[in-house]
This record gives sequence, C-alpha cells and structure tokens, in this order.
Amino acid sequence: MKAFRILTRSISDGFKSVFRNFSLSLASILCTTITLILVSVALVISVNIENFTKEIEEDLSIVVFVENSATPDDIEQIRSQLLSIDNINSEEIFYQSKDEVKTEMQSESEVFDAVMSQWEGDDNPLKDTFQIKVIDIEQIGETAEEISKIDHISSVNYGEGMVEKMVNAFKWIERIAYGAVLALVIVTVFLIINTIKLTIFSRQREIGIMRLVGASNFVIKNPFIVEGMVIGLIGSIIPVCCVILGYTALYDYSSGHIFTPLIKLISPMPFIYFVALVVVIIGIIVGMIGSASATRKYLKV
Amino acid sequence: MKFIKIEDCYKVYKNGVTATAGLNLEIDKGEFVFIIGSTGCGKSTLIKMLYREEKPTKGKIIVGGVNVAKLRNSKVYKLRRKLGIVFQDFKLLPKLSVYENVAFPLTSMGLKKSQIRPRVIKALELVGLKNKIRSYPNELSAGMQQRVCIARAMVNEPKLLICDEPTGNLDPETSKEIMEVLDAINKDLGTTIVMVTHDKDIVNRMKKRVILLDNGVLVSDELKGKYKAHESI
Repeated sequence: MKAFRILTRSISDGFKSVFRNFSLSLASILCTTITLILVSVALVISVNIENFTKEIEEDLSIVVFVENSATPDDIEQIRSQLLSIDNINSEEIFYQSKDEVKTEMQSESEVFDAVMSQWEGDDNPLKDTFQIKVIDIEQIGETAEEISKIDHISSVNYGEGMVEKMVNAFKWIERIAYGAVLALVIVTVFLIINTIKLTIFSRQREIGIMRLVGASNFVIKNPFIVEGMVIGLIGSIIPVCCVILGYTALYDYSSGHIFTPLIKLISPMPFIYFVALVVVIIGIIVGMIGSASATRKYLKV
Repeated sequence: MKFIKIEDCYKVYKNGVTATAGLNLEIDKGEFVFIIGSTGCGKSTLIKMLYREEKPTKGKIIVGGVNVAKLRNSKVYKLRRKLGIVFQDFKLLPKLSVYENVAFPLTSMGLKKSQIRPRVIKALELVGLKNKIRSYPNELSAGMQQRVCIARAMVNEPKLLICDEPTGNLDPETSKEIMEVLDAINKDLGTTIVMVTHDKDIVNRMKKRVILLDNGVLVSDELKGKYKAHESI
C-alpha cells in the first residue's frame, strides 16, 4: 500500500515534470518521434520482406525428372539417396509417376486432356518426377547439382537462379533495416539520457533537499524514470498514427502487392496494431533505459 | 550506552585537508550541545559526519546504536528519517507551500494524507507558525523560514536535532526567538540537540554544554560553558 502510494506520487510527479520543462522535453519528444517513425518504417519493411520471402521459399521447389528406363527398384534407390542429402526437407519429398502427372495435367486443362487422352502406357512421353523442398534456399543451386549426380536422373529443374538471388537480396535489405532500427534506438537512448540529465541538473537543489530529509533512492529516482517513459510514450503517438494511416493507405492504393503479384503485402488489420504496439513499447522502454542510466550517472545516490 | 559516540575519528579530504584528527566525543540523550570553534576547525565536518553527508576516513561514529561510518549510501535515508537537520540557509523548496514543505519528509516516506496532516499541524504549532500554513517561503521573513525549517526537521519526531548555524543569517532578536524554540524542543520533547554556531551571545546566554574544536582536535568540553575572552571566532 505504501509502495503503491509512492508509485502513484512518482507517476504524477513524472508527468508534471514533462510539462513543467516542456521546451526541454519537446526536443526529446521530437527526436523520439522521428526515430520511432523510422523505426516503424523499417519494421514494416522488414516484417513484410520476411513474410513474402517465406512465401516464395515455400513455393520454390526442385523438380527431379527420372529417366524412362528406371525400374521401380531404381526409383526407391533414388528416394533413399535424396533422403541422405542434408539440405532436403525429408518430409517434403513427393513422388509422382508419369501416369499421375498425366492425370493431374489433364484435370488442369481441357486442351491437355484432349491431347493426353491418346497417350497410353509407354506412349506417355512424360517422366516420373520427384518434387523436393529445400531447407536453405540460398544453397538451392548446390543441392540441385548434387541431385543431378544421382543415377537414373534425366534432369533437375528449379528457379533457375533468379528467384533465390531476389530472395537473397531481400534478406540483405531486411538485415540492413534491422540494423538501422537498432542504431536509431541507441541514438534515442542517448538523447533521452541528455534530456533527463538536464532535468536532474535543473533540480539538483530539490534532489539534495530530498536526500537530506530522508527520501529513499527509490522515491528520488522514480519520477525521473517515469518522465523518460512519458517522453517515450508521447513521442510514439505520431509514429503510431503514421503506421496505422500510412500502411492502410499504402495497402489500399497498391491493392495488396508491390511491383509484381509475387511481392504480397501483409493484410493491415492485425498487422498495423501489432506494429503500433511494438513502436509504443520500444518508445517506453527506450525512455526508461535512457532515464535509468541518466539517474544512475548523475544522481549520486 | 551513550546516544552519540565518536571514537578516534579522522577525516582527511581528498585534497589533503585534515578536518578532524582523532576526535573522541560522547553525547547523552536529551543533551543540548554547542559546537564552537574558528572557521575551518572541523565543526561543520563533524556534524556532516553525524548525518552521513561525509564519511570519516577512520574511526567510529555511532548515532543511536548505528555505526554511521559503515552505513551504505543506499541506506542513508533510514538514518536521515531518524534525525532532523536545520540549516543556515533553510533549504526550503520555493515552489511548495509551508504545509507542503513541512509535509515533504512524510510524503516522500509514502504516508497517508490522514497520517501526515496531524503531524504537520503539530510540528507547525511547535514553532508557532500554524497560521502561515498556506504561505510560500518567499512570503515569509528569514526568522519564519527558519522556523519552517525547524518544523520540517521535527515532523518525524526525531530523537536528534542537528543544527548547522541556524542563526547565522538572522538578526539578534530573531536569533533569540529561534533559540527559544530550540530550547523548548529540547526541554519539552527531550530531543537531543547538537548545534554548531559562531554566535557568542547565544552560547553565553544559554549556558549549555560547549565543545570547542581547533584544527580538528577537541580543545575543551565544558558543561555550562562560555566563550572565553581569548578565543577568536
């Protein structure tokens, strides 16, 4: 109960202090705002990239064509050899005999159906196939080469280098975006340290008196930490609005995908609230870390 | 067990200045003690060590059973809550009213409003300022401000009141009033008072125990002491 009273008091003191030294706080709030806008842009970009690269990766598979001369024993042999390759997802190896391929293609199009209905038994020019998914998309080329060395394989097909290069590039963009977020967060921490430092200096006399009349460190420090958190919270208002309005507008304008239908945007509904929440939490935590380290440095308690 | 016990206390500042050198001192509960001496004799350092603003370099300082010399920074507030401090420059918060200033130690302890109010009123009655409750420090005379400071020091009902030249900024007439207040606190509440002063008249008139320091050493310790003619101040 006592701790609760001290806490509510420091919360109200922290709020008051933000508005009492508003010109000072404003600088920090604006810096936090700018940082958090960039943070949220970076966050939106990287989560989207992560999302659609994952989708592309899931769609991307290697198709292995087996020679027509292969016996059922040979096919079993191929399967076990495929299983022994590390980069192949052992649960995602699907075998289709050429008859199954034929039926599937027939069901997809009437033209195919008309042509293929004449193929029977050995007349069928199609080949038995394995469809394989890899674990690490960046090594798909090496894996395909390894597969082609297996006996009785006629050819190996995959995204022909284009797709995985694109995925690779996007992964780099994602890493850079995360790096930028981290750097910006650190810069903001220092800005908030500075603001709180100035507040502490301008209130040094008051703090000294508090210590002399027996205020505990907890009571002295808390208002400053709350002040930092309030700065972070206020600083996150505009970025949150930007994310919610901006992303919805972008999604509506681009009708859900950018440049090509391959690059799909995440549907905004739960996503923007998730980003907004993360931005608010980052703002508050950054404010807290900044003011906590400022009080530790400059409050000699 | 004495209330305050100082044993072989040395204090050397970082710049090499020796403030106290092997000081031994005992003060009983309920005593009224003046500490006098010329500027730089170590009296301010001595009382700063009592409320743990300074740490002794060597030796023991025991206040109410606690070795202050070994008290950690984070625990200092526990000591400060048990004693009251009156300053030469009052150290009131200008933005708070008299009531809020006196209530300040209690609110920072997290007491309930209903617990704080009667204690603040009582402390202000003690110094005769109950009618100035809503004023702000800059609306009061220096003497009144000092009384507010005393009320704030007494609001915790401490056993020890430390006064650092409480009359240093006041005219003789006001000083006399302040001393009456302190004397009443000492007599009526039994609070131990340790007071540093330069004021010859006050020391001579009050006839209390007087401790004279010189260069960090105890020179004389007399009950009902007085400033001697040859002592310079």
